[in-house]
Formats: sequence, structure tokens, C-alpha cells
Amino acid sequence: MLEIKNLHVKLEEEDKVILRGVDLSIGAGEVHAIMGPNGSGKSTLSYVLAGREGYAVTGGSATLDGADLMAMEPENRAAAGLFLAFQYPVEIPGVGNMTFLRTAVNAQRKTRGEPELSAGDFLKVVREKAKTLKIDADMLKRPVNVGFSGGEKKRNEILQMAMLEPRMCILDETDSGLDVDAMKLVSEGVNALRSEGRSFLVITHYQRLLDHIKPDVVHIMAAGRIIKTGGPDLALEVENNGYADLLAEAQ
Amino acid sequence: MAQPQAKIDALAERVAGLAVCGSGWLGAARRDAASRLAAMGLPTKRDEYWRYTDPGSLTRPDALHAAQFDTTDEAPAFDGIDRLRLVFVDGVFDPAQSDDPTLAGVEITALTAAETTDIHWARDLYGALEARGQTPVQRPLASLNTAYATEGLLIRATGRAAKPVDLIYLRKSETSDAMLHHCIKVEAGAELTVLENGPGAARLTKVMEVDVAEGGRFHHVRVQGRDPERRAATHLFARVGANALFKSFTLTANGRMTRNDAVIELAGHDGVAHIAGAAMGDGDFHHDDTVFMTHAAERCESRQVFKKVLKSGAVGVFQGKILVKPGAQKTDGYQISQSLLLDGASQFLAKPELEIYADDVKCSHGSTSGAIDEVALFYLQSRGVPRRVAQSLLVLAFLAEAIAEIDDETIAEDIRSRLEGWLARHEG
Repeated sequence: MLEIKNLHVKLEEEDKVILRGVDLSIGAGEVHAIMGPNGSGKSTLSYVLAGREGYAVTGGSATLDGADLMAMEPENRAAAGLFLAFQYPVEIPGVGNMTFLRTAVNAQRKTRGEPELSAGDFLKVVREKAKTLKIDADMLKRPVNVGFSGGEKKRNEILQMAMLEPRMCILDETDSGLDVDAMKLVSEGVNALRSEGRSFLVITHYQRLLDHIKPDVVHIMAAGRIIKTGGPDLALEVENNGYADLLAEAQ
Repeated sequence: MAQPQAKIDALAERVAGLAVCGSGWLGAARRDAASRLAAMGLPTKRDEYWRYTDPGSLTRPDALHAAQFDTTDEAPAFDGIDRLRLVFVDGVFDPAQSDDPTLAGVEITALTAAETTDIHWARDLYGALEARGQTPVQRPLASLNTAYATEGLLIRATGRAAKPVDLIYLRKSETSDAMLHHCIKVEAGAELTVLENGPGAARLTKVMEVDVAEGGRFHHVRVQGRDPERRAATHLFARVGANALFKSFTLTANGRMTRNDAVIELAGHDGVAHIAGAAMGDGDFHHDDTVFMTHAAERCESRQVFKKVLKSGAVGVFQGKILVKPGAQKTDGYQISQSLLLDGASQFLAKPELEIYADDVKCSHGSTSGAIDEVALFYLQSRGVPRRVAQSLLVLAFLAEAIAEIDDETIAEDIRSRLEGWLARHEG
């Protein structure tokens, strides 16, 4: 589904290289995790895939079902099925959460040539999905993420994911800022979305998220490259021994 | 105080060929205004109060040419709203195009018919609030209007008006130079909504005096003409009585030069006065909101909410003051002026002022100027919202606080659709 080949990325404004040849292949229905020390390029990878400005791709490629992601506007990547759950969800004063969700859902449907959801149908679906994530009516009415707690923001990300039904979900440190209960709730939300046709890329610092969202493959990223790939045991190894051994081994 | 000769000369040129008309109470009120004006002369850009806006095109002897502009690409403002329509063409009341001015709870008289009848409430109001508003800041264009305007309406609400009164200002001429002077009295406990829309003339000089008596409620929503070359200098004078409500909102999309002055006095206890505006400018656009809010009584609430969206060299100005007089305890004053600059070429100039002579008051003010939030834009795009739609959503979000000042949801929706239309026409 997602194929990243030898991806090189630098900052647009300065000569700082961040990704130095990332290779990653995620098949349909698979859950991959990326772990790695601070500054290894994990978040940059997620931003570059989603299409954030400020990065220059200097080599390599990234495709979603064969379509060249790097040639698409962010909104078209989303319509093609890519979703990024932000590490820091953005507050948008003045735009109601419900308006935001409906605009997004219908924009994607429109891009894909599907009919827009009626207000009634939309409301029914959103209420149902919100309920399982313990998002109350008030949170749906309030401006997007404004005044939300850290946990509420992350739950709101998962709600968006549930509404948009993407095929390739990237979770960028979704566990950061969550207490144990919130992490459980968010993980349950993610697990409920796992299916044969939907893949996940979970970026995290800590193994504990992976206790809840069980990955098929774990990658270790360092200095802009994936230096090791393994099964779920690899996450445990990191948790116990840190990154030092892996980094030394890679050099 | 003697005025510089230049201001006196400018006045002489401006009024050459104009006459202070009429006899009776109205003639007297006009002559009073003419003498106030003679002592002031016309403003120049050296005046402190015109520091950010060159009054030249508003004070010169004749109106500059303003090309006709086709606005048929959108429905006229307030089209779907049940209202009483009163039409002016190039500043002249046109009964033939207007509805029959009979409305339960409201008395409407044309200014042209006023001098022959003794309309006591109008006699007490015409020019009175304007004269009162000349201190501490001189407003010569308002006196000019009081002295020389021959067209306008006298509107008195004695009960709850059955529907809004809409003053429609059509423009047929490319050089028309119109003056309109309206007086509005909302009697105790009465309620009235006044709408205004259209350019009015190539150059429109307008005064509206509004007196809201105890417990009265007045709503005002105005859509200024979107003809790119039209010019306007307007004054809104209001006196708000005890427990009374005054709310005014203005949408300005386009217009070469617009100066909107508002002078509002909260004269009775527990009064509420809100004034708001949304201005959209692309290119050769200069828009100035100048507000003077006086708290003269206890426990009053005032809000000033002004938002401007500017691009391609458009200029926005805000001068806003809250004056809290001695004894106006428990005042709650709020003022915000913000601009969204869609490119680096546009400019926003703001001068917020607070002057407080009471010790138990709550007053806040803020002024900001910024670009569209790129992070929010990316967030929306990453959810599949096209950049253009996302930008429009964020601009409307920026304007939301001003639009929220319109109480009637149908009217607010009309305003929103106009803003969306403007954004769609001014993409890129």
C-alpha cells in the first residue's frame, strides 16, 4: 500500500538534511511501528508524507497504491486515503468541530466523485462514532481543538480518522501527553478501525503504546534512516536496552 | 479657535453653489450646523483625527468619477428578508420604487416633507446628536451634512416594528455627490431594525442620528456598496438610554474610500451598545472605522468588534476610543480590532484608546494584525479540504466574532454568504 523508496528530504529554508534514504514498505492491513531517538526524522517523515510545506524532497519516492504522493497537494493525498493523526493537533478558533468534520468528509467525497453526505446522515454517523470515543456533544460544537485537553485533542484526531475512513493511517506520537486511561481509549479507537484493507504506521517513543496497538513490524529509525527492522520483540528490546546498542551496531 | 486658512478656503470651495435650505425648525437647525461648520473649516490630512486617512477625496468640491459596477452576480443584500423597502437613487428618495411607508409601530417621514410639519421629536433630534458629537473631536463632515443635506428620512418607532426597514441606496450616475441625513427615534420600550444597503452615489456623505429611549432596542445592519470606485463618509451618532440596546454591524466589501465614524453615548444606566464591522479590501481600497464610545452612566456595556481582510495593497484603519466619564461605575467596555493581511502589500493602522475617569470599571482592548495561519491551513488540507476552501473557512472564522454581533440569524447568514462570495471572487 505505502511504498517509500530511498527517500531523501531536507529543510527548504536551510541546508539541513533530515531524511537520508528511508525505505519502507507497508502492505494492506499491516501495522508498522517506527521508534527512534529524538531528532531521528520520525515526525518529518510523517509531515512529508502528508504534504506539509517547508520540506524539499531531494531524492527517492513515496507512493500510495502506486500513486506518487509527492506530486499531490495535501488535500489530494487525504482524498487518496492518507491520514495523519497529528502529534500536536491544531486549534482553529472560529471553526466549529462539527463544521470542520463535515467539510472534510464531504470535500473528500467530492474529490473522489462520491455524493456528499446529507446533514442528517452525517450527524447520525458522527454521534455514533463520537460516543465510542467518549466525545460529548459539547466537544463537537466547540471550535476545533480550542480549549481541549491533551487527551481530548488526541481523541478528536481518532474521531476524524474514524469519520474519514482512510486506508493508510499515520499516527505521530499519538501517545504523547496521554494518561493511561486516555491511551487505552485512543488505542481502542484505533484497534476498532483495524481491518484488512487499512494499514497503520505508528510513530512512538515508547513501547507502551505498542502494548495496546500491536504492530506486525517494528522499525528503528536513526539519523534519517531506518537502521533496523524486526517483529514486536524489537520494541521490547529498545524498551529494555535503549537505542545505544542498536546505534552502535548500525555504524 | 481660529482655523488655518486652508481649511476655511476648502470649505468655501466645497459649499460654493450649495444653499442652506428651508425655513422653520429644520432651517434653523441647518443654519446652526452651518455656523458650527464655518468655525471648523474642512478637515485636512494634517488633522490628528485624519492622520491615517487622507480626507481629500471626501472634502473636495465635487465627487470623483466612479465607474458603474455590475453587481448582478449576486442577489441584492437582504433580498430574502421580509422588510419595508425605501429606495434612494443617487441620494434622492424615490417613492415609486419604494414600498408604501406604512408600518405598524413605525412612523416614517421624508426629510423633504419635514420642514412644513412640526415633528417635535425630530426637531429635538435633527443635528442635536451631531452637535453634541463635535466635542472633544471636531467632525466637520457631519456638520456639513446637517447643514446641506436635503434628503433623508425621519423614522420613529413607537412600538415593536412589524418588520425591518431597509434603506436601499441605488446609484445610477458616475459622478453623483449625495448627502443623506436620517434621524431615528426609538421610543421607550419600542424596537426597530434598520437595514441599509448600496453605494448611494459616486460619493456619499451620510449622517444617521439615533436616539434610543429607555428600554428601547435598536438593531442596525448595513452593507456598503461594493462598487470599487465609490467613496463614502458616514457618521452614526447614537444616544442610548437606560436599559436600552443599540447594535450596529457594517459590512464593507470594496469601495475606493470609506470613512465610517460612529459616536455613541451610553447616557442612561444599564445600557448596551455594540458596534461591529467586517471590511474586505483587495487592491485600491482604503477603509477607516473611527469609533468614539462614551460611557456616561453606570453599569453600561459596550463592545467594539472590527475585523478587516486586506490584500494587494488594501489599507485598513481603526481608531477606536472608550471614554468612561466620572461616575460611570461598573462600566464593562471591550474593544477589538484585527486585520488579516493576505499578502505583504497590505496595511493595517490602528489606534486604540482608553480614557477612564471612574475607578470601578472593566475595560479591555486589543489590536492585532497577522497573516493566515499556515499551520491551520495545512491541518485542514491534510483532512482533505482544498486549500481554497480551507482559506475561506479560516477567513470566515476570523470574521466570526464580528458577525456574531448580528442577532438575527437570517441576516447574519445573508452577510456570511456575501463574504463567501467576495472570497470566491478574490481568490489567489
